[in-house]
Amino acid sequence: MMIDRQVRKLLFETVAQRVIASADELSDLDRAIGDGDHGINMRRGFEAVLATADELSEKPLGESLKGVGTTLVMKVGGASGPLYGTLFMSLGKSLTDEVSCAQAADAVAAALEAVKARGKSDVGQKTMLDVLFPVLGVLREGGVDIAARLKAAARTAAENTIPMRAIRGRASFLGERSIGHMDPGARSSELIVGAVADVMEGFA
Amino acid sequence: MSENVGIVIVSHSADVARGTALMVEQMVGPEVPLGWCGGDPDGGLGTSVEAIMKAIDQAWSERGVAILVDLGGAETNSEMAIEMLPEARRGRVVVCNAPVVEGAVMAATEAASGATLEAVRRTAEELTPV
Repeated sequence: MMIDRQVRKLLFETVAQRVIASADELSDLDRAIGDGDHGINMRRGFEAVLATADELSEKPLGESLKGVGTTLVMKVGGASGPLYGTLFMSLGKSLTDEVSCAQAADAVAAALEAVKARGKSDVGQKTMLDVLFPVLGVLREGGVDIAARLKAAARTAAENTIPMRAIRGRASFLGERSIGHMDPGARSSELIVGAVADVMEGFA
Repeated sequence: MSENVGIVIVSHSADVARGTALMVEQMVGPEVPLGWCGGDPDGGLGTSVEAIMKAIDQAWSERGVAILVDLGGAETNSEMAIEMLPEARRGRVVVCNAPVVEGAVMAATEAASGATLEAVRRTAEELTPV
């Protein structure tokens, strides 16, 4: 599909609005197993994205995604800033305005390697990666109803972090006590994937 | 050039960063270029890439800069800040895997002796339990 200026703006605004709307929920999740600031940090970062969405979307998709990433790096203020910033900046390196499902999958795969390196983390450690890797699996499969399948995969994957024990980040200090709570980063990733899928659905 | 390796202190708390910087200054005075920062972009507990980049600039030495951090986000944001530096500086800044207060004081003491960046880092990291 063609991701023109109008789609880019809608994408950035929708993602930002969804994250901002769920900021309290993200902080509640983080309060259970971390320092309780995930929602506050993500809201600060995505408010900055929302405020500049118009300007950011003027540039081609690659450049505008890098702009979103840089904004998150500078504004979020927690580890999630560099992690989500790296995700968006890396996507921006490989994507152009015309995006096929296979190209999106390749771009996400490269971006997830960058996020893994940034966070020194991997799948199974109760992090955002535990949502984004199953999402990549759906992108790789392609096929019909992709938006609905992406959302379902993200939802299930976020829920699957509940019984996991945290290995990285502040939650890892809790050891066994991190079990039984959804990872806040997994939830914020689910929100972002859901927003992107909804926008795609409207334009596909 | 006789300039010493610089030290940067990055904490989630501005009070911790400032307090640590005072302890470092008490030990080495003005001999070691020093920068510190703490708090998120709104001044709450957290760290800010922009503030870390400024602190690196403040502590800049041609012989390099060693960064001491407290918790995870401080480390991730410091690594991000290093990557965003001009290329000529990027390779001369390291994050030490050491406790922030003890590490900063030990690293600064080593730096004051004219030690290399690698030696400064090693000295700070000797404090890390294995």
